[in-house]
Amino acid sequence: MNNIPQNVSPNASFAVTNPLLPLRAEDLSYAPDGLALLDKVSLQIAEGGISMILGPNGAGKSILMRILHGLIPASAGTVSWRGQTANREIRKRQAMVFQKPVLLRRSVTANLDHALNAAGVPRADRNRRATEALKEAGIAHLAARPARVLSGGEQQRLALARALSLQPDVLFLDEPTASLDPASTAAIEALVLAAERRGCKIVMISHDIHQARRLASEIIFMDRGRIAEQSAAAFFEAPSSAAARDYLAGRLHLPDGA
Amino acid sequence: MQDFAESFSLAFRLILSADADLAEIVLLSLKVSLSATLCACMIGMSLGAAIAIFRFPGRGVLLVLTNALMGLPPVVVGLAIYMLLSNAGPFGTFQLLYSPTAMIIAQTVLVTPIATALTRQVIADLHTEYDEQLRSLALGPFATLTTLLWDGRFSLITVALAGFGRAVAEVGAVIIVGGNINHVTRVMTTAIALETSKGDLALALALGLILIGISISVNAALMALKGTARRFAYE
Amino acid sequence: MKHLKRILGGLALAAMLALTGTGNAESADKFITLQSTTSTQNSGLFDYMLPIFSKKTGIEVRVVAVGTGQALKNARNGDGDVLFVHAKPAEEKFVADGFGVSRQDVMFNDFVIVGPAADPAKVGGMKDAPAALKMIADAKTPFASRGDDSGTHKKEKRLWKAAGVDADASSGSWYRETGSGMGATLNAAVGMGAYALTDRATWISFKNKSDFKVQVEGDKVLFNQYGVILVNPAKHPVVKKELGQTFIDWVTGDEGQETINSYKLNGQQLFFANAK
Repeated sequence: MNNIPQNVSPNASFAVTNPLLPLRAEDLSYAPDGLALLDKVSLQIAEGGISMILGPNGAGKSILMRILHGLIPASAGTVSWRGQTANREIRKRQAMVFQKPVLLRRSVTANLDHALNAAGVPRADRNRRATEALKEAGIAHLAARPARVLSGGEQQRLALARALSLQPDVLFLDEPTASLDPASTAAIEALVLAAERRGCKIVMISHDIHQARRLASEIIFMDRGRIAEQSAAAFFEAPSSAAARDYLAGRLHLPDGA
Repeated sequence: MQDFAESFSLAFRLILSADADLAEIVLLSLKVSLSATLCACMIGMSLGAAIAIFRFPGRGVLLVLTNALMGLPPVVVGLAIYMLLSNAGPFGTFQLLYSPTAMIIAQTVLVTPIATALTRQVIADLHTEYDEQLRSLALGPFATLTTLLWDGRFSLITVALAGFGRAVAEVGAVIIVGGNINHVTRVMTTAIALETSKGDLALALALGLILIGISISVNAALMALKGTARRFAYE
Repeated sequence: MKHLKRILGGLALAAMLALTGTGNAESADKFITLQSTTSTQNSGLFDYMLPIFSKKTGIEVRVVAVGTGQALKNARNGDGDVLFVHAKPAEEKFVADGFGVSRQDVMFNDFVIVGPAADPAKVGGMKDAPAALKMIADAKTPFASRGDDSGTHKKEKRLWKAAGVDADASSGSWYRETGSGMGATLNAAVGMGAYALTDRATWISFKNKSDFKVQVEGDKVLFNQYGVILVNPAKHPVVKKELGQTFIDWVTGDEGQETINSYKLNGQQLFFANAK
């Protein structure tokens, strides 16, 4: 873990104003087939830092993230970006990395080129930006390799490099290190922190409490389709909800009367 | 059955003697069936990918139709194309009947449903895997289509091979619209039908063996291409 | 995406080349389309005769060899310039209906009844074809019929009528309609040990005879006349009138007639010219 710049506070201030934020969600519900997976979730995500979404399995973290990013439509409720409803231009200023990286059946470089091309980056700039992103992710030496023969850690670094090459204002990360070894996890975290320092807002789901402690500037704690609490990093010392206390203690939280 | 042994030796002798008539027939077979496969793949792969990715009115009908048309008997296709291209038909003025072009058209009609249905399956599977990532990249419909088609290229080579297999092996359609005219529209399968009707079963079977040889060569060539592409096509 | 564009471009180019190549082959030389029957094609007569004609006139003859019924139908649709078939009543009707200009005799050969060497119906050596068919029917030995409305099939139906046998009533039992060409029917007959009516030319050139041989021949009713007809340009303007007429004049003229008489297979003359 020594390659993580521990001395930099995740809450470091930055000069750039994020054009998408604040992100506001109001009364978001998601209930396919009548099963309420999200129940009237409202939240606001301000600019700066890393917002970490925590919570037990089935709490609705991934669904919330996909609705915010616009991959699935909410059954009810609204999402707005700095007062504006999402559109294609707003989507293009966001990026997302999934737990299992989805890489095209092409070379490492071609994967970045494809994404940059989709974002409308002119051909002349694509190569330079791809090379920079690969270099930063420490996988420049793999540029010519078929993406899908890389190791799991390399694949996730590539997925993150691809997302970062788009220079998004908001980056969604759905458990990007869930299946990685400590070294790969450290590399991913370093990349995420570097992006955050450049002014990119990070919204991240994690199951790793230590990772959350290392990275989070705020915690959004979810439990059974609702937000149990949203608080600053002090969360770990004094969680305000019973669900969060149980979660941190490693206990199965059962609702009253269950 | 002495016919089998005789057929094998006859097939070898025909190939070794580089028989000019045989070469002509083989080349026409390849030209007609490869052209038809190419046309059918261009239509079928676009259509199949569109059916796989997009929801549009008439999609269900199209889906059922392509699946059903996969089993279309060649002779029915031949008859339909004959009636369209005949001088008594609507497209008679083009004077295409009894020409290789007519045979290409007939085989294209025959292969397109196969290319469509198989492509739909390949692209649908790939789409399930890529969907969220591509939408996260805010890819437009056309870019989604081309991305999936390109990433499905190895599987789509197999689709093309299946189509070519059907085209090169069928006799019912080409014999009606081509007329099996010597030096003009005679291909391997119609030549086999002709030799069978002459009772020259050994020669017919020898031609059949050569047809299998052609089929294997084309398959091997495309498989080699696929292998090479896998190794080098990543830039 | 660069790759995809390049490959698609290449494919499109290849397709265009393939199609242009095809176009060139078609526009080559002057040619006529001859709707004819399998018997003339399979006997090798056309392979012998047509190059002689083409060499002299520079006209290529493209033969579509199908059953007489289908040849007449194709010609009705205007898909051919000249008709060369053997079913005189149907041909005369074709001309009477205005689809053909006129009909001329070209040549004849004869039909024979072939059967297995064991000859279960004991018709070997007979001359009277209807009587022989009656014996085949009475013995209920298999008989393979074309069943495809071809010239041979039409002739066969007239023979059954003359024999006073309703063969159709036994269709599926000893009377078996193959619904295919002469060669396919002979293959089936050999396979089933069935008798069959065939034109002599096809029989002589047929290679899958097994132990089959000619059992009945020489009856005057087995006479098989071939005629030639120019498809009517008034019905179908695409018909190549001059080229077609050139072919008809040649095949019914001295040189064509001598060519027909000189064609021999295994030392046997197959067709006998008889144009007036």
